[in-house]
Amino acid sequence: MILPFLWLISSSLKLETRVFQYPPQWIPDPVRWMNYYEALTDKPFHIYFKNTMLIATLNQIAILLTASFCAYGFARIEFPGRDFWFAVALGTIMIPFYVIMVPQFIIFSRLGWMNTYLPLTVPYFFGGGAFNIFLFRQFFRSLPKELSDAARIDGCNEFAIYWRVMLPLTTPALITVAIFTFLFSWNDFIGPLLYINSPEKFTIAIGLATYRSMLGVGRTRWDLLMAASTAMTLPVIFLFFVLQRYFIRGVVMTGLKA
Amino acid sequence: MDNTASWAKKPSFAGKFSVISAIRWFQTLQGRRTVIGYIFIGPFILGVLFWVLIPALTAVWLVFQDWNLISPASYIGLKNITRLATDKLFWQSLKVTTIFTVASVPLGLLFSFILALLINTKVRGLAIFRTIYYLPSIMPAVANAVLWAWIFNTDFGLLNALLRSIGLPKVGWLQQPEWALPALIAMSLWGVGAAMIIFLAGLQGIPETFYEAAKIDGAGRWAQLRHITVPLMSPVIFFNLIIGVINSFQVFTAGYLITNGGPQNATLFYVLYLYRVGFRYLEMGYAATLSWILFFVIMILTFIIFKTLGRSVYYQEDV
Repeated sequence: MILPFLWLISSSLKLETRVFQYPPQWIPDPVRWMNYYEALTDKPFHIYFKNTMLIATLNQIAILLTASFCAYGFARIEFPGRDFWFAVALGTIMIPFYVIMVPQFIIFSRLGWMNTYLPLTVPYFFGGGAFNIFLFRQFFRSLPKELSDAARIDGCNEFAIYWRVMLPLTTPALITVAIFTFLFSWNDFIGPLLYINSPEKFTIAIGLATYRSMLGVGRTRWDLLMAASTAMTLPVIFLFFVLQRYFIRGVVMTGLKA
Repeated sequence: MDNTASWAKKPSFAGKFSVISAIRWFQTLQGRRTVIGYIFIGPFILGVLFWVLIPALTAVWLVFQDWNLISPASYIGLKNITRLATDKLFWQSLKVTTIFTVASVPLGLLFSFILALLINTKVRGLAIFRTIYYLPSIMPAVANAVLWAWIFNTDFGLLNALLRSIGLPKVGWLQQPEWALPALIAMSLWGVGAAMIIFLAGLQGIPETFYEAAKIDGAGRWAQLRHITVPLMSPVIFFNLIIGVINSFQVFTAGYLITNGGPQNATLFYVLYLYRVGFRYLEMGYAATLSWILFFVIMILTFIIFKTLGRSVYYQEDV
C-alpha cells in the first residue's frame, strides 16, 4: 500500500536521467531538492496556491455558516413542513453531481459567471450542501434541551441561541466540516476545469493537470511532475497528521467519498 | 399555551389572509416558530431552487433541443433520445463503466474489509497502519493520476520493473486496450481507505462479549468471522456497496488524465463521454440526455441493490 507513495517521493528527488534507470533506484543518489524549486517555479504555482486558498477559505466560511444555520432550524425548531424539507435535503444527497453538471454550466454561463470563482463558491452559501446540514443537525440534536431553555429564559431569541450558545458547542463538527471542505476545494478538479480558463486564475489541481498534458507533448519531465504532485499532496498529509481524529470522525459520520 | 389555542381556532389563515391576521398569526407561538424556522432553513430552500430544481428543469427542456451554446437552440423532438440507440460510444462508455463497477466495487469491498479486519487487532503501531491505508483515499485526484501514469509507464514504470525482476515480459498497461481498464481497476483499489475506516468503526462497535461467548462454544476464528462479524457488519457492508456503486459510476479524473478514454475507447468512462459531448462538442441537448440516463441508471441500480440485498442485511434491533 505504501509503495506507490515511496515511489512518488523517490522519483521526485532524482536526477532526470536517474528516473529512467533499471533496476529502479529506491534511494535517490544524488538527492536533488532542486526538482521542487524547478517544478514550483516553472509554472506560477504561488499564484495557483493563492487562488486555491482563496476558494477554499470562501467555501469554508460559506459552508460553516450556512450549513450550521440551516441545520439549527432542522434540529431545534418545530414547524410545519420541516420534515418535508429535510426529506428533500436527504434526497439531494442522492443526486450525483454529474447529473446536473450540464444545466448548471448553462445557467452559470448565462449569468456571465464564466472564468470567475462565482460558480465555485456562491452555491455553497445556500445551505452548504445537504451532507453538512445532516452532520450539523445530528450534532445539534445531541445537545441538551435545557441549555436553550435556560438561554431563552435569560432573554435570548432563537438567533442568539444559535449563534451564542449552540454554535460554540459544535466546535468538533465545525472542525470536521472545515477539514473536509478544505480537502474538497484543494482536490476539486472538474469544477475549475469547467469554469476557469485563464491561467492566472488556475487552481493547483488545474495547474498540475495542464503541466502534465503540456509536458506530455514532447519530453515528459517525470522528475518535476513527481515533485509537483508531491508538493500538492504534502498539505493533505500534514493536515491529516495534525487533525487525524477529526478526519476519522468525518468519514464515519458522513460516509464521505474520497 | 393560550396562544396556540387561539391559532388552532382559525383553521385557515391562508383563506382569510390579511396583514392583520398575518400579524396575529405571527404573534402566536406556532406562527413565530414557523417564520423563524423558515428563516433558518431559507438558504437551503433557495439553494435547492437555484442549484437543483432550476437545473433539473433546464435539463428536461434541453433533452428536446439541439443547442451548441452559440447559435440559438432549436426544438428537435425526441432525436436526442433516439440517437442513443445507434450511438456506439454511448454503449461503449456504458459498458466500460459497468465493467469497472462490477470489478472494482466487490474487489474494493473485499480488500477494505480485510484491511479493516487486519488493523482491528490490538497490535502496536495501529495508528501508523491506519494512516498509511487511509491517505491514498484523500490524495488529490490529479496528483494520484500523475503518480499512477508513472507507475504504469511501459518502459520505466514501477509495475513493469517488478514484472521484469521476476522474469516476466513488460506490458503496455496504458497502450493495450485489454490492459488499460484492468490497470485503472487496480489503481482504484489503492483508494479504499475511506471504506476501510467505515468498516473499522463498525468492527469496533461489535461487543467483545459476542466473541467470548462464541469461543466458549468452541467457535474457531473462521466460524466467528462467518457467524458474528459478517452478519453484524452487514449494514455497513451494504452501505459501502451502495456508496461504491454510486461513486464508481462517476469516475472521471483518472480516465480523463491518465488515458483520456483510450486506447481505442477502452477506458471511455460514462462521465468522460458526457463531458466530451457537453464541453468539447458543445452538444448541450445530447449531453443533458446522457446525464438523465446516468441519473436513471444510478437510481435503478440503487433500487435493485435495495430490493435484492436489502433483505439479507441484518440489523441488531431485529433480535
